[in-house]
Amino acid sequence: MQITSPTFKDNAAKALADAQLQKALGNVRAGFIDKRQKAADALPEFEALRDAARDIKNHTLAHLDLYLETYAEKVEAAGGQVHWAETAEDARNRILEICRRLGAKTVTKGKSMITEEIGLNAFFEEHGVTPVETDLGEYIIQLRGEHPSHIIAPAVHLNKEQVEEDFRRVHTHLDPSRNLDEPTSLLGEARAVLREKYFQADVGITGANFLVAETGTSIIVTNEGNGDLTQTLPKAHIVVASIEKIVPTLEDVSQILRVLARSATGQDMSVYTTFSTGPRRDEDPDGPGEYHVILLDNGRSAMLGTEYQEMLRCIRCGACMNHCPVYHAVGGHAYGWVYPGPMGAVLTPSLVGVDKAGHLPNASTFCGRCESVCPMRIPLPKMMRHWREREFERNLNSAVARYGLGLWAFFAKRPALYQFATGTAMRLLGAIGKGKGRFAALPLAGGWTRHRDLPAPEGKTFQSQWAERQKKMKAKAA
Amino acid sequence: MTTPRDNILAKVRASLGRKSDDTARRAAVTDRLQRTPKGVVPRRGQLPQAEKLDLFCKMAEAVQASVARVASTADVPQAVTDYLRQKNLPAHVRMGADAFLAEMPWSGQKNLTIESGRAKGSDEVGLSHALAGVAETGTLVLASGPDNPTTINFLPEHHIAVIRAADIEGDMEAVWTRIRATYGKGEMPRVVNMITGPSRSGDIEQTILLGAHGPRAVHIVVVEE
Ligand code: SF4
Repeated sequence: MQITSPTFKDNAAKALADAQLQKALGNVRAGFIDKRQKAADALPEFEALRDAARDIKNHTLAHLDLYLETYAEKVEAAGGQVHWAETAEDARNRILEICRRLGAKTVTKGKSMITEEIGLNAFFEEHGVTPVETDLGEYIIQLRGEHPSHIIAPAVHLNKEQVEEDFRRVHTHLDPSRNLDEPTSLLGEARAVLREKYFQADVGITGANFLVAETGTSIIVTNEGNGDLTQTLPKAHIVVASIEKIVPTLEDVSQILRVLARSATGQDMSVYTTFSTGPRRDEDPDGPGEYHVILLDNGRSAMLGTEYQEMLRCIRCGACMNHCPVYHAVGGHAYGWVYPGPMGAVLTPSLVGVDKAGHLPNASTFCGRCESVCPMRIPLPKMMRHWREREFERNLNSAVARYGLGLWAFFAKRPALYQFATGTAMRLLGAIGKGKGRFAALPLAGGWTRHRDLPAPEGKTFQSQWAERQKKMKAKAA
Repeated sequence: MTTPRDNILAKVRASLGRKSDDTARRAAVTDRLQRTPKGVVPRRGQLPQAEKLDLFCKMAEAVQASVARVASTADVPQAVTDYLRQKNLPAHVRMGADAFLAEMPWSGQKNLTIESGRAKGSDEVGLSHALAGVAETGTLVLASGPDNPTTINFLPEHHIAVIRAADIEGDMEAVWTRIRATYGKGEMPRVVNMITGPSRSGDIEQTILLGAHGPRAVHIVVVEE
């Protein structure tokens, strides 16, 4: 996938001017926030479970080498094969080898961000294998030649009229006068078309939400059931998963599952939580004859032991983007790579390089909502600040700071964004005001600063600065 | 020659600043895998068995499954027929080799035909036996194998799952205890399906619609004996 993160500002400007997109993005604001809150409120232990989930992942990451070894041994003991892949290229090649050996022409795919990360579909097409996305949202965007704009709702940037247009354009074997006015008829049509594909496919590929070391099990969490048909019907099931998906035990994953669905869609449980261990057994009447796991590093091991290690706790629930005013305004494509929103702003520079994505961490109002809803308690704003500090070290200071300022002004000039954010959103890019303390004026943001001075954080949290200021004022008064 | 496995593990170890002696780390890992500590188990499901059953039914209905409660296994075939009639479905179901289901008095349902084996794409109704339920979330737990082939859970338009009231647990943790007792510690059936309501998608304008790729309807028959 071509990375367009360097042109974030242009992408964002285009997104703001796109009426279709703006209408669709209303569904993010309306669809996710209340549901999550209700689900969290209905479970008194929710906050305690967030702590437990965080602690489980911290423990796992600190012992990752050992849990990886155990996991791989268990997969092999169950008759599965583990293919360790250091890079995206290695992963693609291993997958293609399996497909070639099985003579695979059609490959069905369950929804998987990791296969987006390694650019698997384009690679398949170059090599004469036809990938078929089976998740409804993924299917729609595949028809459009697009990438997901959200990690759990890939087609959230589209309206039903656009989907209808695509279905009429592609499903030419169906009656052109059929009625597709309602989402139900669109869903019914996709269901019928994809049913045939499941049976045609030689190989089924899924991601994994978790890998369980205790049992060598891979887990997918879905609502549609497409992932299950994808992995059950073909000759081989290939699981593509990155190394940080490991959890120690079934009990551990049960803790995290309780915060995953609630944070993602506001469900207590997703419809299908599927635990898969190895290929079809002798007595089995169904299931894949081969079970492969592509265990991908692709930059994760280098994040361990750094200030970005905590990002490896991410369970890809999407809550941070669902609650992000910048995401609400510009959607996912503007971020320019696979992972959008706050989690993408932290992860993308780690995975594709700070030179290409170093300014994504500036695409933030620093309102702190992402961290407050992240089930894994990942300190996303703090890590975005780390990235800005890195930029300084890299001597990108002047250029990037200017760019960052441009971005800030870009959002600050759009009051809707700031109205949406709370008062603490007024925390600014620490980069801008280093050493000055406060701004009386900011270029490009005159309309805003005319009425108030802005506190300029120096890489600290708003709360800590506020406390310091109060102290200084008290000292003055005394 | 170093393998990709060695390289990845070496990078992980280097990044973690692992010392040459990791007796303590190994002990921590072995201990967790042995003890499988439970963590925070919500109070919601910690109930006497009768209330667990009520909660299970309530939670399942809240996610659009339908529930019928019958007094004994002898009543299950009639409950299945009732469902098929109510939904205007053909009197034909797909079923695996499950002994609990097989022993039921199916011959009493004159028009009902049962086809055994894995499901086909054309099956309208699949019938399986859930090994457990989770009251906390109204979740069915099914294991793969000849008794209850996985395809029955996903291909038919309607999925009827029969479950014994005594198999309804409060939480997922209790289900793992059961699975370990049956399959052995550290072992799993090829697939464990946790199913919470019928298939759905919110991918078009975030409007939830039932029946995306899996069953449009899930009907649970609870045997209370
Ligand atoms: S960073 Fe947190 S909120 Fe965002 S996707 Fe990851 S786990 Fe979810």
